[in-house]
Amino acid sequence: MSKQLTIALTKGRILKETLPLLAAADIVPLEDINKSRKLIFSTNHADIRLLVQRGADVTTYVKHGAADMGVSGKDMLLEYGSEGLYELLDLKIAQCKLMTAVPVAGSAVECRPGVGRRLRIATKFVNVAKRYYAQQGIQADIIKLYGGMELAPLMDLADEIVDIVDTGNTLKANGLVAKDEIADVSSRLIVNKASLKMKHQQIQLLVDQIAKAVCSV
Amino acid sequence: MTVADRWLLPDGVDEILPEEAQNIEKLRRLLLDLYHSWGYDFVIPPLIEFSESLLIGLGSDVDLQTFKMVDQLSGRALAIRADITPQTARMDAHSICSAGPARLCYAGTVVHTKPKSLLASRTPIEVGAELYGDDSASSDSEVILLMLETLQLAGAEQVHLDLGHVGIYRSLVKVAGLAGDQEQALFEALQRKAMTEVDALIEASAIDEKYAQMLRQLARLNGDRSVLEKARGLLAEAPLDVLEAIDYLDQVAECIATRKPSIALYFDLSELRGYHYHTGLVFAALVPGHGQALANGGRYDDVGAVFGRGRPATGFSADLKALGGLGKSQSLAHSGSVFAPESDDPLLWQSIQDLREKGERVVCGLASQQPNKECDRVLEKTDGVWQVKPLR
Repeated sequence: MSKQLTIALTKGRILKETLPLLAAADIVPLEDINKSRKLIFSTNHADIRLLVQRGADVTTYVKHGAADMGVSGKDMLLEYGSEGLYELLDLKIAQCKLMTAVPVAGSAVECRPGVGRRLRIATKFVNVAKRYYAQQGIQADIIKLYGGMELAPLMDLADEIVDIVDTGNTLKANGLVAKDEIADVSSRLIVNKASLKMKHQQIQLLVDQIAKAVCSV
Repeated sequence: MTVADRWLLPDGVDEILPEEAQNIEKLRRLLLDLYHSWGYDFVIPPLIEFSESLLIGLGSDVDLQTFKMVDQLSGRALAIRADITPQTARMDAHSICSAGPARLCYAGTVVHTKPKSLLASRTPIEVGAELYGDDSASSDSEVILLMLETLQLAGAEQVHLDLGHVGIYRSLVKVAGLAGDQEQALFEALQRKAMTEVDALIEASAIDEKYAQMLRQLARLNGDRSVLEKARGLLAEAPLDVLEAIDYLDQVAECIATRKPSIALYFDLSELRGYHYHTGLVFAALVPGHGQALANGGRYDDVGAVFGRGRPATGFSADLKALGGLGKSQSLAHSGSVFAPESDDPLLWQSIQDLREKGERVVCGLASQQPNKECDRVLEKTDGVWQVKPLR
């Protein structure tokens, strides 16, 4: 007897790249996710359903066991922690980098330790930024923003930003330049620890199929 | 704080209302009776202690988990217990000092600085049992069986048992010569089963290929009981204690499978929960619909050494409040009460006391009171005698 399996997907670009991987494992939503405003979808398997959510919420659902598995960016896992879940597969999709960035002119060098005041960092990745600057031996003040990080240095709200960098075009358009790499980011297949222990056969089978699809891409 | 939010409780701190409290208390009594019937002696350790007695090398997790303050009498640091296990270990090592095996059980509130999981209480009621002085698989099996009985009594269905052994990983990293940051990074990646990271870390560590292969396999050794057979093959060249650990797991699994055939067994040889104080078998009980284990435990030999006597030790614990939430079983529901009208009649008083002695719950009516909805019967005087009648 198979048990109900709930998979939480991160909407947006990650979703687009996730669906072909699921299809390769023969999991297909019964309706077009992109054209629907629903948040929960049935699939061609009666025992598998999909949720479509923001990345940060995917980790919450999976940690709490409200979803058995999920697809989440590594940036979210770094920011919100991986307690209570496994990161079974690197899906190698939605690849980008977590980086620091500074204005092209007048870099923030004068704010480095020993010289002048504390560095101000604008980011939505508060925990990642705290850890990173501490590792670098830099005392930094972190300012939490929810979007448009590039604006903060321009308006002199911050000296540097920490953000996801893909092509670097947004940075460039706002007179910023990427500086240091913090981490490589790609999407991961995450699984609630208790779910893997209780639905092992079902989940392992799915993971193996998706792993095959990832390798063949 | 304004008057309007005076009622507010801190995050993760809960008050338990009558119906649920009744359930939890009934379960507490049932469980302590169960442990008693298995030969476990009840102990009541103190709520606060000197920090250094509570934080006995159980890892920095427990340290961060513990509230601390300064004792005005001694000037020393006090801590509120975040776990009762180290307290029973001390009692076994220093206060009880029995020569042979000692079996202890307890139920009491512990306090956590941060909730253990998303919606966990910061003031769980820890209930559990510990067995000291025996290092055989029989004592681990006994403790696991008692944990399963605990869940059964709480009304859990479809219980899954998760078994692991931290000695396997510990022995492999030691023989492979992994230490310091490298070992820490591998440990951290293994807990997440992040296979690509595990493989990359092993690759980068430049350890002997033989052991690299074993560590890579270890990360993948999880599933049903066939995992143990597979492990014997894949880890055949490992140090002897690794193979002994696998046999040990098999022995415990056999015992549980025979005595509790309905329990689903799951094995994870890279399960490293509580790695910093566990020394052998680790186990957890899971129930569908719960994203975290409802009870867990494992072997923690020689923790008592800091109190002057190192002893083999194994045990389990659970949050009684979480277990109470499972209890939908009829045995826990209570029967209705009898309502007694207000009267100075000495005969009524006698009837009430008689009923109470028989175990009935009797509510004495006050002038302002009507029988409330839990009362299903009433005392009525007919022909000069007080009798219990159904409530109309």
